[in-house]
Amino acid sequence: MKQLLNIKNLHAEVAGKEILKGLNLTVNAGEVHAIMGPNGAGKSTLASVLSGKEGYEVTEGSADFDGKNILELEADERAKEGLFLAFQYPVEIPGVSNINFLRTALNEIREYRKQEQISAKDFMTMVREKSKLVELKDNLASRSVNEGFSGGEKKRNEIFQMAMLEPKLAILDETDSGLDIDALRIVAAGVNKLKNKDNAIIVITHYQRLLDYIVPDFVHVLADGKIVKTGDKNLALELEEKGYDWIFADQKA
Amino acid sequence: MSAAVLSEKMNSFLTSLVVPEESGQRALYDQLTEKDFPTTKNEYWKYTRVGKITNSKFKKGQRTEDKGLREKFLLDGNCLVVENGILRDDFTCDKISGVIVTSVKPGDENKIAGFGKELNLNHVFSLLNATYYQEVIHINIAAKTEMEAPLKLVFITNGENVICNPRIFIHADKSAQAKISMQFVSLNDKGSFCNVVSEFIVEENARLTIDKLQNESDASFHISTEQVRQEKNSFFQINTMTLDGGLIRNNINLIVAGENCESHMNGAIIVKGNTHVDNHTFVDHQVANCFSNENYKYVLEDKSTGVFNGRVIVQQHAQKINAYQKNSNILLSDFALMNSKPELEIYADDVKCSHGSTTGQLDDDAIFYLQARGISKDKAKKLLVSAFINEITDQFSDESMKDAIQQILIEKHGWAIN
Repeated sequence: MKQLLNIKNLHAEVAGKEILKGLNLTVNAGEVHAIMGPNGAGKSTLASVLSGKEGYEVTEGSADFDGKNILELEADERAKEGLFLAFQYPVEIPGVSNINFLRTALNEIREYRKQEQISAKDFMTMVREKSKLVELKDNLASRSVNEGFSGGEKKRNEIFQMAMLEPKLAILDETDSGLDIDALRIVAAGVNKLKNKDNAIIVITHYQRLLDYIVPDFVHVLADGKIVKTGDKNLALELEEKGYDWIFADQKA
Repeated sequence: MSAAVLSEKMNSFLTSLVVPEESGQRALYDQLTEKDFPTTKNEYWKYTRVGKITNSKFKKGQRTEDKGLREKFLLDGNCLVVENGILRDDFTCDKISGVIVTSVKPGDENKIAGFGKELNLNHVFSLLNATYYQEVIHINIAAKTEMEAPLKLVFITNGENVICNPRIFIHADKSAQAKISMQFVSLNDKGSFCNVVSEFIVEENARLTIDKLQNESDASFHISTEQVRQEKNSFFQINTMTLDGGLIRNNINLIVAGENCESHMNGAIIVKGNTHVDNHTFVDHQVANCFSNENYKYVLEDKSTGVFNGRVIVQQHAQKINAYQKNSNILLSDFALMNSKPELEIYADDVKCSHGSTTGQLDDDAIFYLQARGISKDKAKKLLVSAFINEITDQFSDESMKDAIQQILIEKHGWAIN
């Protein structure tokens, strides 16, 4: 099985405060991993560090993505290598159309991979096809990026972008937050259709609910900057029922 | 006994210029010798120092024999060329039905109804223009004329240390629909000064749209005064794009004299280096039931500086006025500086007026979002700047000017508007 992500003993700080304290995680192609954990455990920090957001300092450890040390790459280079972050809070960008932005992104990625630029016609066909996947109305694609989108539309737009960019590894950062049950189903169905044996997905979530739809192969509990427990999908059910305290009690014992 | 105190600075400035011969301009010259140039102690000039202009020794701009002017500026050919304030009669453009362009010599201004009527000659640069212009370019758009394509004027400041005083008078007669585009460029213009005054009369029910592009060299000076008068039910819009220059000051003075008028002033300023751009707008709502809107956006790079001063007066009897003003600015460097000041003076009690001003940097979260999708940081910034300025460029109606803007942006800034 092809290894996509290999994180070893990762330590990271924000403004001098250590958030990740020796995190280990391996993700192979074809797998779905869920990362759960209490508030402040470092879940979103992990997503930010992996995707290359400024302001996070890695002080120790390594993160290899498809054989490359991604910590040395700029955020856009990581995306070009095939890493995708679905934002917890997608940013509104007035004046930049979704279409124009995606075409720019797609062509930059293709250039990086020494592939041909996509023609306007092929691009539009692709937009129509992929927007159906998440039941995103055509007109949303032509509007400014996320501007005036509802919470659900923003999250669907994230998955639409994922469908367009076809990443090797997608990190869904609390994609379920702020979604009603119908939107949740649509988003999850979209993700499931994009899943295949060559790519992998990391789902960061607080709740088990999303995992009813996107079924994980592994569930990890992240607490105080480390993965403290790993199990199968039943672990998520157990967490939902019992909370996190029992894990910490186990840890101390 | 009181004698006017003569300013040494003014007299030193005037010594290099020839005293005008025509009696009207001679009388203005006498007035000018009794004036002084503004300093930053003057509120109206608080953020713009004109010392570099006033300490210069200029020579009068001439018409050159250069036949290649159009090609030099990649003009599409269909435009009138005004070189150093003089209309080149060897360049003509397609005739537009209902539009007449004539050159009027000093002394013959009485042929132009309403000429100079609204212009405030207490402003020393307007007086300087009135004293030294070599001709008035009079554009008359006959009643009910419907212009589909704009009349294009290209103003070229040509030569080192040249002063030119282009003077324009545009009259849009009743129910005319007029479009004019004005492009300001320069050639070998180190230390030159373009001091242009334009008057616009928009008669009843007429619509006049002006697209203006400023792209002179960064070693030049430019002061532009637009004096506008709107009669009832009329529409006036001016879109200004400033892409290069040394020191630029634009004064738009708009008198709304009739009811049910609509007025728009849009500005986009994208400059770098040490360029200084100052836009002063003044709207005088004299009567009721009118709408005015201004929207100015600055993108300042390097050590460039910007000034926006938007003044609106709503006179006592001018009820039901809607007057809006917005100034947003992006500073792309730690050394760029913006001064923004709204001035609303409202004497009527049933009006809607608002102003807003924001100055900041590009949104880091937006840059990261774009990067996370594979767009390089540099390209992400360009996309965001382009999106910011889009709203203004969309307003331009002259397509060839839009193309010119794109070309200049690519050459000078490495990006174009999407």
